Amino acid sequence: MQSTPAHSFLSAAPALTVRKLSIYFGQNKVLKEVSIDVSAKAVTAIIGPSGCGKSTFLRALNRMHELTPEARMDGEIRLFGEDIYARHVEPVIVRRRVGMVFQKSNPFPTMSIAENVTVGLRLNGLRDRKLLAERTEESLQMAALWNEVKDRLNAPAISLSGGQQQRLCIARALAVRPEVLLMDEPASALDPLATQKIEDLIIDLKKDYTIVIVTHNMQQAARISDFTAFFYLGNLVEFGQTAKIFTNPANKQTEDYVTGRFG
Amino acid sequence: MTAPNHKWRKFKSGFMQVIAFGCAILVLLPLVLVFEHTISQGFSSINWDFFTKLPKAVGETGGGMANAIVGTFILIGEAALVGVPIGVLGGVYLSEYGGSRLNWWIRFAADVLNGVPSITWGIVVYALLVVPMHGPSALAGGIVLGMMMVPLIMRTTEEVLQLVPGGYREASLALGITKWQTIVQIVLRTALKGIVTGVLLAVARVAGETAPLLFTAFGNLGWTHSLKEPVAAMPLVIFNYAISPYEDWHRVAWAGAFVLLMLMLTINISVRFLTRDRFSRIQAEVIKRHPNN
Amino acid sequence: MALAVFVLIGLIGYELAKGARASMHQFGWHFLVSTDWDPVNDVYGALPYIFGTLVSSILALIIAVPISVGTAVYLTELAPHWLRQPLIMFIELLAAIPSVILGFWGFFVMVPWLHKYLAPSLEKTLGFLPFFKGHNYGPCMLAAGVILAIMIVPIITSVSREILRSVPGLQREAAYALGATRWEVTRIAVLSYAKKGIFGAIILGLGRALGETMAVTMVIGNSPYIGSSLFKPAQTLASIIANEFNEAPPVGLYVSALFELGLVLLGVTVLVNIFAQLLLKTFAGPSVKPQP
Repeated sequence: MQSTPAHSFLSAAPALTVRKLSIYFGQNKVLKEVSIDVSAKAVTAIIGPSGCGKSTFLRALNRMHELTPEARMDGEIRLFGEDIYARHVEPVIVRRRVGMVFQKSNPFPTMSIAENVTVGLRLNGLRDRKLLAERTEESLQMAALWNEVKDRLNAPAISLSGGQQQRLCIARALAVRPEVLLMDEPASALDPLATQKIEDLIIDLKKDYTIVIVTHNMQQAARISDFTAFFYLGNLVEFGQTAKIFTNPANKQTEDYVTGRFG
Repeated sequence: MTAPNHKWRKFKSGFMQVIAFGCAILVLLPLVLVFEHTISQGFSSINWDFFTKLPKAVGETGGGMANAIVGTFILIGEAALVGVPIGVLGGVYLSEYGGSRLNWWIRFAADVLNGVPSITWGIVVYALLVVPMHGPSALAGGIVLGMMMVPLIMRTTEEVLQLVPGGYREASLALGITKWQTIVQIVLRTALKGIVTGVLLAVARVAGETAPLLFTAFGNLGWTHSLKEPVAAMPLVIFNYAISPYEDWHRVAWAGAFVLLMLMLTINISVRFLTRDRFSRIQAEVIKRHPNN
Repeated sequence: MALAVFVLIGLIGYELAKGARASMHQFGWHFLVSTDWDPVNDVYGALPYIFGTLVSSILALIIAVPISVGTAVYLTELAPHWLRQPLIMFIELLAAIPSVILGFWGFFVMVPWLHKYLAPSLEKTLGFLPFFKGHNYGPCMLAAGVILAIMIVPIITSVSREILRSVPGLQREAAYALGATRWEVTRIAVLSYAKKGIFGAIILGLGRALGETMAVTMVIGNSPYIGSSLFKPAQTLASIIANEFNEAPPVGLYVSALFELGLVLLGVTVLVNIFAQLLLKTFAGPSVKPQP
């Protein structure tokens, strides 16, 4: 077995390889030369105090940060070996392969539950009703929402509760069968019960998906993730197996943060 | 890794962007054409006489619209005397006093008033003032424009006052200052620039009005010596000359159009400079929402 | 002072009704469907003017709506950021052009152009449609529609723009994150979210078009007309009042009939405006707030 670099923990090919990633907003360097390997079919948690660049990092993984005017990047991100910032690669295609779930649930209010799930597929030109129905059920099953909504698929999406809406958004992201799922504090706006459901769902999903999740909540990171990256002031301070980060961090800052001494 | 319909989607997206851009260009086209024509026709016809002389009869060359320029300013002055106090005080009431139910209705009524066609205002004031006074007058013309300003200024004043942070009011009231003094000293003073902007825009709006003046101010070939006499106004003269068959008059009308357009331009641009801050920008947005022509 | 708005509304209604009383008494509801307008015999009917008002305004909407909504979309979703403010300023300037100047330009520049180029080519290519039959001799319904469109584009654009701006950024991000193209984001996340508000903006534009007076009077040709051709001169409620009010003797049926036209115009515009205000006031977007 060949020796692996310090930032790599699995011998299997990582889903995402990030090398020397820097992001600038105008003159502001908000992310400083971050290198990480994100393991496939595992949950990687990104933690750190507000403003540490963790959301920016996440959004760079599917080029969502490009929607911010004046955003600029340096470095390299590869998705299963393929450079997603290569000149011929379009953000539209990257985002299809790398799905995203946001902090606040954002179903399309003018669409029904089923339409919300299939919207990505329909954009891609899928018209076959039977296939769409199958994928709707499959995605809602995966998002652990099927049993709650199967009788009212044509009801408006906004008739659901907050937790259900967020799971609908997860189903919507899963329906296009992305290779990686990014989650930006997906449970921070939910009550404990709904949070519990989302966490169970994430643990369930990692059988099939590579998940990167940004979270404020350290207990949550400890509960659900396999790997944890700690960001501070735009730097990646420490990255390793979750158990190690939380029990035996190598870095003093990390230790202070995970033990709640700052942040 | 490319979805089968990717090229088509990309094309469609690009195509729609071009269409939207085309729409924006199409909107600007009439603006450019009107300005171009008015400037090219008007500028050459403008001279010192235009500002200093009275109109001449057909056939005689020269002549200007000095009386109409003065008339327009008289009408605006009268309109401001009517519209500004009522509008501003009404706005203060809406923002600082009043139950929310009543205020909803007042707001609603003001918005509806803003949609009343200007020609309708004209015949209403005709019935209200011109008939009892046995003839059109500068008074009637000023009052009709003033009435039209009321709902406009009321709504903009209200919205700009609402932007004054509630903390200012509380701080002042906590010092034992009365509510009315608080409003005058603190609230109005903070929002003054915004209110001025609103008034300016309302003035710009009514200064170009023609329809309500047709039967009220009526127009006048000479000077107006009292508010009971009919008065000339630039939009009226432009209209009457424009629909006349005489080449000479058309030229004077273009000159008038040019001056009026420059007046509008000046007010709008100075408002843009005034609205650098948040208060007055909102104000401008509100005005735009209430067309009145 | 705020109650002044009610006084003004009452005043408008009262004065118009008072002025129109003689005519209402004489003609009753028949006034609205009669096509006679004969000051010599003192017989009056409003139908051709109602027709002209509605047709010119609808024509204006047909022209203005796609352009305005397209521009609003361009301004909020697509245009480079540095270009947005200047464009907005120019559109505001277009709104600030006095109606009489627009009409003046319309009569001397636009109408001849319509007559010389647009009308013949429309006649040639689309002449089989009833709208483009017959010859055009200058001022006409089509000219009124175009000039009204120019006048309502700024209002529809700026209200639509505000509506589009109120669409939450998260809606756009949701669509982007699914791999939607720019147009798809606009369509599924922005336009469908904002459609009620945009409808309100359009109705507001309609309200303005219905009551517009000077510019229309100068380009429509001012001759009562009911028919399908857009190349024929026509007349609107506002334009006949502007044209004939000064000619009518201060008492009598003639002036009363003109007052009644004013009352009809007021009724229509107020109803349309109330509708528009209600649409805009209730638009906060479809709420995304979760149900309990």
